[in-house]
Amino acid sequence: MADEKKRIDQPTGTETVGHEWDGIEELNTPLPRWWLWTLYATIIWAIAYTIFYPAWPMVSKATAGALNWSSRGQLEQQLAAERANRAPILRAIAATPIDQLAAKPELMQAAVEGGRAAFRVNCVQCHGSGAAGSKGYPNLNDDDWLWGGDINAIHYTIEHGVRNPGHGQTRMSQMPAFGRDALLQPAEIDDLTAYVRTISRQRPLDNSAKRGAALFQANCAACHGADAKGNRQFGAPNLTDAIWLYGGDDDSVRKSIHDARFGVMPRWGEKLDPATVKMLAVYVHSLGGGERETLQIAQTGK
Amino acid sequence: MNDLSTSEATSLYAKRQPVYPKAVDGRFRRLKWLVMAVTLIIYYVTPWLRWDRGQYAPDQAVLIDLAHRRFYFGPIEIWPHEFYYVAGLLIMAGVGLFLLTSVVGRAWCGYACPQTVWTDLFQHIERFIDGDRNAQMRLAQAPWSVGKLARRTGKYAVFLLLSLLTGGAWIFYFADAPTLAGRFIAGEASSIAYATVALLTATTFIFGGFMREQVCIYMCPWPRIQTAMLDEKSLIVTYKDWRGEPRGKGRRTNVAAPKALGDCIDCDACVAVCPTGIDIRNGPQIGCITCALCIDACDSVMGKIGKPRGLIDYATLDDCKIEAKGGTPKPIMKTILRPRTLVYFALWSSIGLAMLAVLADRARLDISAQHQRNPAWVQLSDGHVRNNFTVKLRNMEARPREMSVSLNGLPGAVMWGEGGSRETAKRSVRTTVPADALAKLPIFVAAPGSGEERQSFAFSVRSIDGLESDSTKAVFERPN
Repeated sequence: MADEKKRIDQPTGTETVGHEWDGIEELNTPLPRWWLWTLYATIIWAIAYTIFYPAWPMVSKATAGALNWSSRGQLEQQLAAERANRAPILRAIAATPIDQLAAKPELMQAAVEGGRAAFRVNCVQCHGSGAAGSKGYPNLNDDDWLWGGDINAIHYTIEHGVRNPGHGQTRMSQMPAFGRDALLQPAEIDDLTAYVRTISRQRPLDNSAKRGAALFQANCAACHGADAKGNRQFGAPNLTDAIWLYGGDDDSVRKSIHDARFGVMPRWGEKLDPATVKMLAVYVHSLGGGERETLQIAQTGK
Repeated sequence: MNDLSTSEATSLYAKRQPVYPKAVDGRFRRLKWLVMAVTLIIYYVTPWLRWDRGQYAPDQAVLIDLAHRRFYFGPIEIWPHEFYYVAGLLIMAGVGLFLLTSVVGRAWCGYACPQTVWTDLFQHIERFIDGDRNAQMRLAQAPWSVGKLARRTGKYAVFLLLSLLTGGAWIFYFADAPTLAGRFIAGEASSIAYATVALLTATTFIFGGFMREQVCIYMCPWPRIQTAMLDEKSLIVTYKDWRGEPRGKGRRTNVAAPKALGDCIDCDACVAVCPTGIDIRNGPQIGCITCALCIDACDSVMGKIGKPRGLIDYATLDDCKIEAKGGTPKPIMKTILRPRTLVYFALWSSIGLAMLAVLADRARLDISAQHQRNPAWVQLSDGHVRNNFTVKLRNMEARPREMSVSLNGLPGAVMWGEGGSRETAKRSVRTTVPADALAKLPIFVAAPGSGEERQSFAFSVRSIDGLESDSTKAVFERPN
């Protein structure tokens, strides 16, 4: 375009660029300088960014960048910082005997909360998110404990597990399958069932239950006790109370006697560090059913 | 500036006319001095006043403790859930401004508004450094020289220092003032403190040093609201044109035409002293903040030429009409005590009295109970059922208090807390709630297994000193 066509537009006082189409002219209003410089700055910034940070896609992965930064690495750093943050209190918990934690409120609080977190990861699959259990999985909120409910007993159970194969220290016992292995006749199992439901005040004493009483003393009392109140040494449940792991109705009790039902639990001592096991025990003990040491002594003395 | 703005037709922007208000003395100027002194003293001194609240609460008389969510005002401590007191105060401030406006027009703008006070202060400094109105105008026109540079540098340095002191004082309302002052100077205060001071220093410097009357005219919504609230019975600064007009210079002793000229000698003294640069003789206008300095200026001129004062004066529009017809205006008390102002006053004072009554009777102890839902109930081996609750006790007094939480209703039930056990449980537990704190107690309640599936009862709390109690409803759940 010829320069001579440039002119000053009268109404606005702006120079035209010299182009003209059917009488329509373009005013020369260039980008402001600051805008242009900002654009250049962002270009420089972008180049620098691709040098220092992961950017260019290559065959198997992107360039790492001069700073060697990655979001995964950043997360790792933050996790490490968090672990370092927690380390002192975890060390203190690990170093304190479990029955003395209650005397140190700040450790106790950390242990309960740490236990709650560990419980959500490791225990909820069987015991439920509120530790209320379900059929076959004990409710940890209540005051009925198969293997003992004081803090040391709970800790031992978590550390060594229940019926854990190939582990000498695990909580171990095995009820015979009275029906399946034909140790008792079906009629005898019916009588036993009647008796068990009688002592748990679910049905009146009748002849069947009376016959069951004799059978109970001969076959069951060794583990469940002559008074049927259970024995924590064998994890034998109290049969006179209101809590039933597999149900307390007629069919459930009969099936339990027939097939001998019992559960297993991993030994967490080999999977989790000692502080976490301790925190889990403290948390479970804090749920409301935890027993005091003195009760346990009274019971073992009995 | 691009070429577009050179064309006058396309520019919509009015350039600011600089204002160089002249020094003036008089009764309203002295009132302004007094109000300035009082407001500045309140602003600077308040955070340094002490108030003994015992060992468990801060001893600063006025403290907005955002970090701990407490607001202290003398003997009154406000918790976040009591924030409606602050809302009440704001409503009172609003109604109070209505009241003030209906009585004395824009007196807030003219005397007490921070923008006015600081602008006034900055203009005094300007006169102190650059000289009075005429000297300032000459200096503005003068080419740059060493002297002008020194004056300008000095002036802005003083402005900046004053702005810094203004912004700096603000943060002391939000933390213990002596401690914060030490930490601030030592460079140990939080970054938010420095940022706040920097921001307020900048706004003070810009608003007080440069924008001044433009804030009132263009930025502030209040003049718009106020002009809508003024009526013909509000006292406003008025030029009495029936007396002053026709204005003109010259002697008034022309016997042939005694009424040829009014009292206004067109000396422009009222315009020279105006901090917003308006001419009051054009009638009421949005730029007038009713600071009344033009009254002082005109009164002194009237005194010199032997005329009665009050050519420019506080007057209501009604009175102006009466005076213009040669009548006597109503006494000032009648203007002030009229139904509208009385209604505003009744509204304002009843809100205040209601707040005082509520304040005197407000609870300093509060209980709430949260049922733990997972699990909602626990079967106990002896047939009883246990429910778990989190009971929250709010002790809003600045001293630790021993409290007793107990069960109301729910026959046969017992409760125990952390460290307790069912064997030793009773129908109540005791606990000590720290001063000025919220305590969360895990509470276990065991009750007989037979009963309603959802049984209502209540937790009640009583301070052991017997002074206060509270209760909250709860529901005990059983297996269905």
